[in-house]
Amino acid sequence: MSEAVAIAPTRRSELAASFARNRLALGALIVLCVIVLAALFSPLISPQNPYDLAQLDIMDSKIPPGSKSADGKTYILGTDEQGRDMLSAILYGLRISLGVGVISTVLALTLGMLVGLAAGYAGGWVDAVIMRIVDLQLSFPSILVALVLLAVLGQGVDKIVIALVTVQWAYYARTVRSNALVERRKEYVDAAICLGFAPWRIVYRHILPNCLPPLIVVATVQVAHAIALEATLSFLGLGMPITSPSLGLLIANGYSHLLSGKYWMSFFPGLALLVTIVAINLVGDHLRDALNPRL
Amino acid sequence: MIGYIFRRLAQSALVLFAMSALVFAGVYAIGNPIDILINPQADQAEVARATEALGLDKPLPLQYWHFIVNAFGGELGRSFSSNVPAVDLILQRMPATIELALCAMVIAIVLGLPLGLWAGLKPDTVTAKTIMAGSILGFSLPTFWVGLMLIMVFSVWLGWLPPTGRGETVNVLGIEVSFLTVDGLRHLFMPALNLALFKLALLIRLTRAGTREAMVQDYVRFARAKGVSERRIVRVHVLKNILIPIVTVIGLEFGSVIAFAIGTETIFAWPGMGKLLIDSINVLDRPVIVAYLLVIVVMFVFINLVVDLAYTALDPRVRLRGARA
Repeated sequence: MSEAVAIAPTRRSELAASFARNRLALGALIVLCVIVLAALFSPLISPQNPYDLAQLDIMDSKIPPGSKSADGKTYILGTDEQGRDMLSAILYGLRISLGVGVISTVLALTLGMLVGLAAGYAGGWVDAVIMRIVDLQLSFPSILVALVLLAVLGQGVDKIVIALVTVQWAYYARTVRSNALVERRKEYVDAAICLGFAPWRIVYRHILPNCLPPLIVVATVQVAHAIALEATLSFLGLGMPITSPSLGLLIANGYSHLLSGKYWMSFFPGLALLVTIVAINLVGDHLRDALNPRL
Repeated sequence: MIGYIFRRLAQSALVLFAMSALVFAGVYAIGNPIDILINPQADQAEVARATEALGLDKPLPLQYWHFIVNAFGGELGRSFSSNVPAVDLILQRMPATIELALCAMVIAIVLGLPLGLWAGLKPDTVTAKTIMAGSILGFSLPTFWVGLMLIMVFSVWLGWLPPTGRGETVNVLGIEVSFLTVDGLRHLFMPALNLALFKLALLIRLTRAGTREAMVQDYVRFARAKGVSERRIVRVHVLKNILIPIVTVIGLEFGSVIAFAIGTETIFAWPGMGKLLIDSINVLDRPVIVAYLLVIVVMFVFINLVVDLAYTALDPRVRLRGARA
């Protein structure tokens, strides 16, 4: 453990330096930070509370971006059919999309990590059974598994988190397991076993810290994947309930107005989604290069 | 080899059986379709009659047993809403989906391979960097949103292409296809492009990675030393070697293209299996949902098997390992 503590700070400063060298990644990181902050503080920075009906003016419905309403308010990104300011709706939607993506990723990471460590450390039939399940699950596209689960479970924030965790855990399990297998054979593990440490202690304090870098890379990319998948499912009408309007639901909502040329109701939420995902992917790409795990 | 195929087939049958039980139990836990199918004003007796007619009054294991027995006869139940066999409904929609998926794959391959090669051969040029940036974008773009934007630009603003439907079809060997008529092609272009985008990005990255790896190999250096032209090195030596993993991925990704077509079909109102699934989920048409999933599982198992066999045929090193394993 003392070894891991000694290495961690140098790794961290190396990581910071590598971000400073790569301008694209640095830009993406900054954009990502801004997005996260905007999502966190959306109630404070939004021009209006888009779901407080008292603040909506039906006379202002379907106003194009940048135009002024009758009472002098400017809607930078336009309004939807209920006169809701799109900018506010997007900021609130970001909060929901990011929240669902991050929560489901953390849960899937935890589950996959436990299962993967168990498989990698125990080996034998435990490993064989777990990896069979992982292989079977990964042979089906995520969207199909999620769709079926949601068709069975019904709508709801908790249901979509369950669906996202179900489609994601296998990726972590596979990553952790392959790393745990490699780490297990290393001498420090033998040393720890000789010292008579309990298996859980060896797994969590010795093997796990060494499996983390690749896990972080997979998790970054998977957050983006989870957000995109949630948006797709919500768009198909099987994801978030109407009471939690994520970006996907906003896009779906604007879809019906698209053919009449009112593009902004779908365009801007999608743009927010795109920028978020691109930023996460760029940061993830860079993390992969910087940490250079065996993926 | 034959033993290997047999073992694979037995494994596939097991997977199929397990999936059918899972899917059946899962799907039959969704709501009560009677509430949706029958007139809300119907009285108790009418509800009971309809429940009995659809076989929903029997216990779940018995329903599953009937289902399995019928499945062996090629009958996967009747659609609740349209009262035709669910398999017929799916088979009727399947050509549209496969046509769409194939076109998407063709677009991805025709564009992805050359772009990936270019980016791999000249990694430091601006073009290569643009291609790679584009591929990150392709990975990140939410497919359904791109579909909407395509409709907005090409249908609403420019008015060049029709936003929905399949257009005029031609009957070829009993199968309706769109790609042989001008109108059909006009309808096909946007959904196929939309569906191709993600795979295009994947193929570019895969080809680039393979090319970069191959270019520093000894056989390339040796070929150079021998005086083989750069063109021939790329076409014969590099391409041949990087094609093996690419062919595998193309094969495996075909299944995922069919699955991801669900979104594209919904946006472009393309009358394929994916749209059928979404429509069926919305009206709780259980037999169609179950039948769709089983058909998809069969397709996946089949695709995986074919890819594995093709892989062993393409790469002798795998053949040895595959035969022993």
